Amino acid sequence: MEKQSKKSNRLAVLTNGLLHENPNLRLVLGTCPTLAITTSVFNSVGMGLAATFVLIGSNMAISACRKLIPDKVRIPAFITIIAGFVTVVMMLVQAFVPDLYNALGVYLPLIVVNCIILGRAEMFASKNPVIESALDGLGMGIGFTLTLTVMGFVRELLGAGTVLGFQVLPANIEPFSILVSPPGGFFVFGVLMAVAIWLDERRGKTVNADPETAGCAGCANSALCHGEGGKV
Amino acid sequence: MAAKLAFIFFSMILTNNYVLVKFLGICPFLGVSKKLDSAIGMSAAVTFVMVVATAATWPIYTNLLEPQGLGYLQTIVFILVIAILVQLLELIMKRFMPPLYNALGIYLPLITTNCTILGVTILNIDNGYNYAESLVCSLGAGLGFMLAMVMFSGVRRRLEEARPPKPFEGLPITLVAASIVSLSFTGFGGLIEKIFGM
Repeated sequence: MEKQSKKSNRLAVLTNGLLHENPNLRLVLGTCPTLAITTSVFNSVGMGLAATFVLIGSNMAISACRKLIPDKVRIPAFITIIAGFVTVVMMLVQAFVPDLYNALGVYLPLIVVNCIILGRAEMFASKNPVIESALDGLGMGIGFTLTLTVMGFVRELLGAGTVLGFQVLPANIEPFSILVSPPGGFFVFGVLMAVAIWLDERRGKTVNADPETAGCAGCANSALCHGEGGKV
Repeated sequence: MAAKLAFIFFSMILTNNYVLVKFLGICPFLGVSKKLDSAIGMSAAVTFVMVVATAATWPIYTNLLEPQGLGYLQTIVFILVIAILVQLLELIMKRFMPPLYNALGIYLPLITTNCTILGVTILNIDNGYNYAESLVCSLGAGLGFMLAMVMFSGVRRRLEEARPPKPFEGLPITLVAASIVSLSFTGFGGLIEKIFGM
């Protein structure tokens, strides 16, 4: 019995990140890469997988040392561990997928300061055992990758008329090129977020936190700034 | 030389605006832009830390990491330098400049994990800027951040009175508004290049 509840608990940890606690759309974390690199499906999937790798690795490492790290220096310690994994990912991507490395540019090293990763370290990995933390990282990573892919799909299809570089829309339909430019990023993200809220409300789930402060509540810094960012 | 510096400065503010064109620092852009005075305080703190961080990381990369062939350590070293720097600045400001600390202090802890700071230090190296160009670029990036924050805090005051459809309330409608502000910035495209003939 106990074993079964443990199992279903782990499944819940894994699926949590998909919609109800989707890191981008519901916790509003990691907005910068979500907006910046989702101009095509290829970039979105690549960014999602890179972040997932870092998320699983750093969650496991942080969870394993959670009793060794003094509370006062935990944020710098977490950042150092995360930066180590990001460097590994950067070197791997540069060696094996140089196209992706060039397309992602500065956003690849910026995974270090992606609040999803530090946020999960602070909220989950520093309090839970290694296996749960790895599952949480995997679930959040899949949620992040899915959101990026949906954004990349919408923006590439409507903005350039292609999917993964293949022409999908008939050539005589003029694509809305505004969607692959910066304003389109904000717009598609806003609409997707509204859709996620609508879906969650229809399923009768309570909306987590106040949407106005959700970005701050989920941010790892909220403990440091006492939520000042959201309140001011 | 002066023309190149002016070109970098103005293009960082208008055509390469960090928030609206390059999507760096979206979290503070959405979180702290509700009131004008906090928008100004946050962006002043960001500008200050950006310039100081560039002043510290550029020599470290050029004189220490690059000659030793340790360029791949850039990410780890930069984020640690920035984290230490922010702590140090907070201590110095608290001790010697209390009025400045009272104005900017609460924003400083937020800045360590702000992607604009790490972003500007890495982009300065990637673009191959020299020391003066890097500093000017950081200053321009910070002022561009301030311009976007101040403009957007005005937009948000109007948004509070708007009545969007229910699922759009809060952040989604704010993002749509940000999209329109960003659209207005695409109007600057090519302007700076023409003025300075680059």
